[in-house]
Amino acid sequence: MDENFEPKIAAFVCTWCTYTGADLAGTSRLKYEPNVRVLRLPCTGRIDFSLVIKAFENGADGVLISGCHPNDCHYNAGNFHARRRFAVFRKLLEFTGIDPNRVQFSWVSAAEGAKWRDVVNAVTDEIRKLGPFTEYQKLIGDSFPFQHEASETEQNSEKEQVENVK
Amino acid sequence: MARIGVFVCHCGENIGRTVDCAAVAKRAALLRDVVYAVDYKYMCSDPGQNMIKDAIKEHNLSGVVVASCSPLMHEKTFRRTVTEAGMNPFLCEIANIREHCSWVHEDKPVATEKALDLIRVMVEKVKRDIPLDPIRIPVTKKALVIGGGIAGIQAALDIAEGGKEVILVEKSPSIGGHMAQLSETFPTLDCSQCILTPKMVSANTHKNIKLYTYSEIEKVSGYIGNFNVTIRKKARYIDETLCTGCGICQEKCPQKKIPSEFNEGLGMRKAIYVPFPQAVPNKPVIDREHCTKFINGKCGLCEKICGRKAVRFDQTDSFVNEEVGAIVVATGYDLYTIDKKTDETLKGYGEYGYGKYPDVVSGLQFERLVSASGPTYGELKRPSDGKVPETIVFIQCVGSRDEAKGVSYCSKICCMYTAKHTMLYKHKVHNGQAFVFYMDIRAGGKNYDEFVRRAIEEDGAVYLRGRVSKISEENGKLIVKGADTLSGAQVEISADMVVLATAISAQPDIVPLAQKLGVGYDQYHFLSEAHPKLRPVETNSAGIFLAGACQAPKDIPEAVAQASAAASKVLGLFSSLELEREPYVAKVNESTCVDCEFCLTACPYNAIERKEIKNRKGEVIKVVSHVNEGKCQGCGTCVSICRSKSIDLAGFTDEQVYSQINALFV
Repeated sequence: MDENFEPKIAAFVCTWCTYTGADLAGTSRLKYEPNVRVLRLPCTGRIDFSLVIKAFENGADGVLISGCHPNDCHYNAGNFHARRRFAVFRKLLEFTGIDPNRVQFSWVSAAEGAKWRDVVNAVTDEIRKLGPFTEYQKLIGDSFPFQHEASETEQNSEKEQVENVK
Repeated sequence: MARIGVFVCHCGENIGRTVDCAAVAKRAALLRDVVYAVDYKYMCSDPGQNMIKDAIKEHNLSGVVVASCSPLMHEKTFRRTVTEAGMNPFLCEIANIREHCSWVHEDKPVATEKALDLIRVMVEKVKRDIPLDPIRIPVTKKALVIGGGIAGIQAALDIAEGGKEVILVEKSPSIGGHMAQLSETFPTLDCSQCILTPKMVSANTHKNIKLYTYSEIEKVSGYIGNFNVTIRKKARYIDETLCTGCGICQEKCPQKKIPSEFNEGLGMRKAIYVPFPQAVPNKPVIDREHCTKFINGKCGLCEKICGRKAVRFDQTDSFVNEEVGAIVVATGYDLYTIDKKTDETLKGYGEYGYGKYPDVVSGLQFERLVSASGPTYGELKRPSDGKVPETIVFIQCVGSRDEAKGVSYCSKICCMYTAKHTMLYKHKVHNGQAFVFYMDIRAGGKNYDEFVRRAIEEDGAVYLRGRVSKISEENGKLIVKGADTLSGAQVEISADMVVLATAISAQPDIVPLAQKLGVGYDQYHFLSEAHPKLRPVETNSAGIFLAGACQAPKDIPEAVAQASAAASKVLGLFSSLELEREPYVAKVNESTCVDCEFCLTACPYNAIERKEIKNRKGEVIKVVSHVNEGKCQGCGTCVSICRSKSIDLAGFTDEQVYSQINALFV
């Protein structure tokens, strides 16, 4: 495994608790690993788990899902829906051969800036240990009928442009 | 073809220090569909906002991404800016490169890359934003105030004076709260009842205030401007409309050995009782648990004696529905239980012998002992034998600032009320000596420090900096063993009485109420404000405000100030004809909906209804789900549960979220 591997992690968080908690981490100037990219959703109940699969398809090495603590959901019950769905989804992940540890679930409240830092650091460490997620790419390379060349060239052209600017 | 503008804010040094904003803007300009990108020191300032407005016109922008602080901070500001330039406000999105990037990372190149990633994701989102119109909802101009202590009374009076109707709900038989129990108040030593009872009476008689005492909140539904509240009126077993409050029932009731809650267990009350003579309303309640009639069916003396025939043993709890537009929560506090450990995590102070030695009392019990309306009518006599205590010891921070045994926060009022207690004591027992064990004196406030100095310098209280390790009893004296850390000596005081300044804790039954209201609370169950500095009276649930010690330990002036602030927020809310709400609501695609009804069961707001689609002949050809926009709060739970992908959430559509994911990693 590459020593310098830096995992790419997508985080799906709710606006009311975890996003605000992450804001608090910022306001408190807590430092944490820069590997997580946060996507703000109204509620963890909005997370359709195909979003998670989509993140893996797009190169994520890990996914973090975080919302309000049980009973604290701004929308009363969205986090319970997410939790229940997650329990089922983990089984599905196992079945499909994706290491379920690549998807982490957590509760971070709006008051828990420090917890957000700890969660991000812990998840980054965990995913770093698991190494890059290559199964999907392999799948595409071996048997997937559609080629992703178009998007790759797009990306390359963008990179070139970036290089030019630099 | 989308034409997106990206505006990168330096936030002074806050972002600029760790993110190379100029480079970010340059590279953002290369993103697909971005036609303009620029960086500026303060995007939220007037010139910064003008840059956005000018760029919208000059470059004919179809969407704007502002890379700056959290959207919770300035999303509204920038959405207003783009509106002024003629753009729909919902075509402006914020990339949070401050709280989520520059403030939490130190490595500049890494932070710069991350900032660009965050912007790219938001560009993808804004491209797929569609113009939305805010939802307008009518406002019911009536407020609910929960809790009838000083904060609740003040909030109710202020709203009522503002000309709006108020419903004041109090769970105990009388309003007044803890303040009614106090003898005198710091730092003026004016009598608590004298300043409180006129307010209690006004709350009861004000034409705009409807009072429900001995009542609790059963259910809350709805949202800002349109709450529907069910109030449980607990059975008083008295017909309030008939009762005149003459008090003859209370006089004749043979059950007289019930510890009085109002006197903190130091006095006794009857089974039919008014908690204290100045209670509002002055109507008794029957304590079912102690009433002989309820225990074995005998007695019924009160029913026989009542001239108005107002006693109703067959009364049951009743429920009232009220429509309100705003809610003020003013449920107050409770005291940390010193011996009775209701909370397993609190270890308690067994070594102080509270509950074991009758002369070790809590601060609130001391208030009752020196109060003119108390069990001793204001004469300071110790509970065990009625002797006047010649030496008295006060211990501060019992439970407060003590993570090992109590809570880590400061209860804020104890330093002041202990100083007050020493003065009240000295004014009643002129030859007596008061000792105070303290950790620090926290007397911040107008005339507060002067007050403590007065207690020490004029009334001769001896302040010892240190903790008490043990209290034991010897020959009718309480032996207080402690340390004076300033002199380094061990101290042993033979006292007649000990007063513990116990920590303030949240109301024990606050959590179920907070959950009914959808209001957050912290680890100690104090209710959470929307922002600790800038939105101290609002909660994260729109239309619900906080007042008083339900939020954090507070003294009377602070509780009153916050109550008035909450009232002004309510009146501000009521001054608009209708409210605007973000239009993030779900919408059903009726042509693909298969009427599986999964969304109906998933929706926490009952916002999804079944809708019949009819043909020209009026025959029902299909039944689909339909979202009631007034009720939908936009959580999106229905979106992810929908099996036929027939529901989408405006502002967070599947298309947007998927394209954001596509753009997450390059």
